[in-house]
Amino acid sequence: MKKKLLLQVFTLLLVISSLHAFQSDELLVDDEEFGLEGGNRQPKERIPDPVVPTRSTPTRRKYSDSDSDSKIQITLEHAFGDTDFFPAATFSARLKTWSHGAQTLTKLRFSRNAFTEVEKQKFQKLLEHDEFYSIRLPSNVLNSPGEDFVMSSVRARCLPRDGLDELFVIHTKNVILLVKLGALRHRGRQEGVNILAVNYGSPGSCPYPRQMKLPAKWSFNSHTVLKNSEQAPRTPIFSEDTLGEQGEGEAVPLPERSFWAKYWMYLIPLGLIVVNAITQAMNIPEEQATGQSGAQPAGAIQRGPSPAVRRR
Amino acid sequence: MVMAIRSLFIFVVILSITVPTLSLYEDQVGLMDWHQKYIGKVKHAVFQTQKTGRKRVVVSTEENVIASLDLRHGEIFWRHVLGPNDAIDGIAIAMTKYVITLSSGGSILRAWNLPDGQMVWESFLQGTRDSNSFLFVPTSSKVDKDNTILVFGKGSLHAVSSIHGEIVWKMDFPAESFEVQEVIQHHDIDTIQVVGFVGSSQFDVYQINAKNGELLKHDSAAFEGGFSGEVSLVSSAKLVVLDAARSTLLTISFQNGEISFQKTYISDLVEDFSGMAVILPSKLNGLFAVKTNTASAFISVSSEGKLEVVDKITHATVISNPLPVSEGQQTFALVQHGDNDIHLNVKQGHDWNSDLLKEKIKLDQQRGFVHKVFINNYVRTDRSHGFRALIVMEDHSLLLLQQGEVVWRREDGLASIIGVTTSELPVERVGVSVAKVEQNLFEWLKGHMLKVKGTLMLASAEEVAAIQGMRLKSSEKSKMTRDHNGFRKLLIVLTKSGKLFALHTGDGRIVWSLLLNSLRQTETCQNPTGINLYQWQVPHHHAMDENPSVLVVGKCRPSSDALGILSFVDTYTGKELNSFGLDHSVVQVIPLPFTDATEQRLHLLIDASGQAHLYPRSAEAVAVFQREFSNIYWYSVETNNGVIKGHGLKSNCDGEVANNYCFGTREIWSIVFPSESEKIITTVTRKSNEVVHTQAKVIADQDVMYKYISKNLLFVATVSPKASGDIGSATPEESQLVVYVVDTVTGRILHRMIHHGSQGPVHAVFSENWIVYHYFNLRAHRYEMTVIEIYDQSRADNKDVLKLVLGKHNLTSPVSSYSRPEVTTKSQSYYFTHSVKAITVTLTAKGITSKHLLIGTIGDQVLAMDKRFFDPRRSVNPTQSEKEEGILPLTDSLPIIPQSYVTHSLKVEGLRGIVTAPAKLESATLVFTYGVDLFFTRLAPSRTYDSLTEDFSYALLLITIVALVVAIFVTWVLSEKKDLRDKWR
Repeated sequence: MKKKLLLQVFTLLLVISSLHAFQSDELLVDDEEFGLEGGNRQPKERIPDPVVPTRSTPTRRKYSDSDSDSKIQITLEHAFGDTDFFPAATFSARLKTWSHGAQTLTKLRFSRNAFTEVEKQKFQKLLEHDEFYSIRLPSNVLNSPGEDFVMSSVRARCLPRDGLDELFVIHTKNVILLVKLGALRHRGRQEGVNILAVNYGSPGSCPYPRQMKLPAKWSFNSHTVLKNSEQAPRTPIFSEDTLGEQGEGEAVPLPERSFWAKYWMYLIPLGLIVVNAITQAMNIPEEQATGQSGAQPAGAIQRGPSPAVRRR
Repeated sequence: MVMAIRSLFIFVVILSITVPTLSLYEDQVGLMDWHQKYIGKVKHAVFQTQKTGRKRVVVSTEENVIASLDLRHGEIFWRHVLGPNDAIDGIAIAMTKYVITLSSGGSILRAWNLPDGQMVWESFLQGTRDSNSFLFVPTSSKVDKDNTILVFGKGSLHAVSSIHGEIVWKMDFPAESFEVQEVIQHHDIDTIQVVGFVGSSQFDVYQINAKNGELLKHDSAAFEGGFSGEVSLVSSAKLVVLDAARSTLLTISFQNGEISFQKTYISDLVEDFSGMAVILPSKLNGLFAVKTNTASAFISVSSEGKLEVVDKITHATVISNPLPVSEGQQTFALVQHGDNDIHLNVKQGHDWNSDLLKEKIKLDQQRGFVHKVFINNYVRTDRSHGFRALIVMEDHSLLLLQQGEVVWRREDGLASIIGVTTSELPVERVGVSVAKVEQNLFEWLKGHMLKVKGTLMLASAEEVAAIQGMRLKSSEKSKMTRDHNGFRKLLIVLTKSGKLFALHTGDGRIVWSLLLNSLRQTETCQNPTGINLYQWQVPHHHAMDENPSVLVVGKCRPSSDALGILSFVDTYTGKELNSFGLDHSVVQVIPLPFTDATEQRLHLLIDASGQAHLYPRSAEAVAVFQREFSNIYWYSVETNNGVIKGHGLKSNCDGEVANNYCFGTREIWSIVFPSESEKIITTVTRKSNEVVHTQAKVIADQDVMYKYISKNLLFVATVSPKASGDIGSATPEESQLVVYVVDTVTGRILHRMIHHGSQGPVHAVFSENWIVYHYFNLRAHRYEMTVIEIYDQSRADNKDVLKLVLGKHNLTSPVSSYSRPEVTTKSQSYYFTHSVKAITVTLTAKGITSKHLLIGTIGDQVLAMDKRFFDPRRSVNPTQSEKEEGILPLTDSLPIIPQSYVTHSLKVEGLRGIVTAPAKLESATLVFTYGVDLFFTRLAPSRTYDSLTEDFSYALLLITIVALVVAIFVTWVLSEKKDLRDKWR
């Protein structure tokens, strides 16, 4: 059991960048890493940016007097095909509240109950028919759980590897709650944490003609990624002078054109004239030469009749 | 392979290296585009009987258009389209030269100059509460007198000067919820009487001084039975109304401050009456009409208040408002439906049995019932009175009847299109060749001489006109057969009235039209509406002997649980093949990418209870469907709850009689947007018929990027609930826009991005691997457009040629959403000047041609913008290789080039949608824009690189070739001769 617990303990997805492209927004959760990393956070900010909790540590330290943490538990429920949902695992997390009222989930831990024999049978059935294995989480983690659920399903055949590999991608959202919560005693403006969506599946690929395969071990190998949203890139704004520079920039390349490129239309005729003149000049001595040699053909012509003359 | 892709890409780049302009020359207008103007279903019509106004009629319509039409031909003299939120409540003519319109729930009063439609003045009427609205223009014998207009709106009565629109006086009624029903003018004394109801059971009469708005007298009386709706004023001191149960007629007389009620049971007047009655709107003197379940009864009211039925008509009947003909005499028109024709009777107000006019008009085609009739009189050549009637039909068309004939008709149903699809034309068959010898040889030569002149810019203005006319005539664009390039098609449009039209893309004429009987009001289906139309059968294998057909889906009531209606229509003949009412509701229609042996497309209809129904209902379709059963997924968006759900199929429906075509569904995934912070405003998917030519994109440094092309992507935009109103209703701090790209099979969020300080409305277009959306940035006070491009990282390693040769690549492996392909996104935002009504993208047959975004601007024009302006890889100083690739230098805003308006000088008033369809020719795409107007054109986003332009002079080419051949022969002969001469020398 302990071993299983160890296995189910939260894995750090530090080198997410190699796995996923969403480098900036991913929330990496691990106890040890958590305390070590730090970043700058503007305490003035009212609406929290996509928060990577690892960054928020210094803020917590700074405002440790006003910050309050509360533990919450989120129950993960699962269903085999069309069955009802049963509790399968729990996420326990810290709900961090900052002085400005924002709340985020940190220190997420995951503990999964092992499959019972009945569940194993059910799962095998799913594998045989390539049916859906579904999980769900309450949408609102703070108040009235059990109203709305976010749900996700995967074809059962996608999960088995050595053990059962699973990956949860949880998209959270910090919500400004206008209604004062009775249970959680906090000041006026209240924020909550909502789970917007959860995506469940195998961490690796699941190629389409899905092969029937029973897991070697009936234990789960769980990974979780928390995601918050990304900021949209700002529209580039060019100030007037940069535009002006650019405008000039368009004019600048003109002098860069080589002399040849600019004046080829004059140079070529000039060159031709020069060439012509040279040949002319060359021709003068040649002509003199041909003048002499030109006499010879004349002689040859003359020679034409002469043999005839001779014949006569 | 990479090399091949690369070389092809370079080829495309070379083709598109110059930004292609779409502009046309002046003489090309109308060559491949057409524009049609409509006004919509007419609500009110007023005739002007004096001076030049005699020849025209002013109408207001349900599309919020006010227009002046020519009575001789039905053409539009002038027209104004008020905005979609500015519904017209009433129109009238004041001082014989102004058209007065009251709109926006009685708060805006405008005057338009009758001859030319210029706005003369505009008044905003303030009020405290919403109420009904009423426009009353007092008639006056003196024309030059400053007539005041009485307007009731927003709970107050205003008197407005008709000369300059100033409010002369305003009166608030003491009773809170007073609703004005009628205003009665007394000519002899300067007083008016305003009658109306407070709540549903109190009747009030106010006597007001017309000069200053002083309240002279107020009487009120209560009636415990309650009133309901319609009022018919039968004399200046008497009106008839129904009680709340709609079974008793109440005659209310209010003479000299005394209000008395008189009850008459309808069952006493009309035998076999049951249910509810409706008073037909009319303002006749001493006569009103009641419509019961069996017939329409015309009841006369004597001065003592005695009711007497004068006639009963069992057909559908409509009566017009009275038309004063001479002093104290009024006439009205009565239209009844016969079997196949309509009967128009014009009667005198006081005498039911006298028919001034009795005409029987045959309609050339099915137009349904008459909904409204307006009459107008004129003086015949023999000095007697003639009457003409303007009738509005069930299919929203407008007809003018005169002398027993339909003088003109306007198909104004086309102003309210709700669905568009295209259909091919019949294949040209041997023997029925449409081609014929055009003209004689001389004409032909003359034409070509003209064209040559035109090309050499020697032609005069008249000659240019002649060339253009010739082009229009000689072009084969309006033939009724399929052409090689696929430019000729039928546009099948479904209108709000439930009428289908087939428009020819060549010239926009109506090839056929059909008022769908299944979408007409019946006993079982009280208020049917069309939802959309889909291509049902597109024969390829049997194109010669089978006709394509479309599926029209409708429902009985506007609510989501109403029973559905299906109708199948042949697109060549325009005949309804089959239609039936469904035993389930229709919430979603999913055309599946499978067809059965007869090439009927399989459609999955999802009902309100979440069950899926398969059509066509045949064993074969079920067999096809069962094969792909486990691979069918779809999604549903619940905007109110902020939930998006993914669904899959389960076994057959349970709890029903054995039905092989009904399937249970299961929820696979769900995304819940917290209602406190996000509200779904837009969802967009890729078009199912889009073709992507290549998955790879070669970028400047000889690298390859793989587009993430999945048909199962959904773009979702949400805003904070506070910011869901109009722009300016929320501060930048409290508004944010979040966009998502969701895989609809697994529910995975591929991309999520927040725009702080931005708000909707969001208009988006999704094509290939990119999304472009338009929204408002509150911080920058400008509209912005953002592009997101999605690239597949899992295929990014396939760059090694050796790997490709050895087959060690995953390019041919099937793609599965469960494999969680890694994707990267690139995005960039640009400012954009206009607000937008619709965005779409050009579609071409093979997807090779570069794409243009078609943006319907707020000015009701369509702007074409090259997709390269929306490239997220644009940078301030692109490198040489990037420039070669065609990346433009980064600018903060998108340029609007005036020449790239595809609508050139025209406006598509009330633009609502843009539909693109590919032609067979790869470079061309067909664009159809609809709103109140229709506009169609053909675009070539990368210019026509694969064909010669239409005005290419083949004759010139031929002449040149012939001349060259002749020259070759001549020179050859000459050189032969010369050689011979040389040899003889």
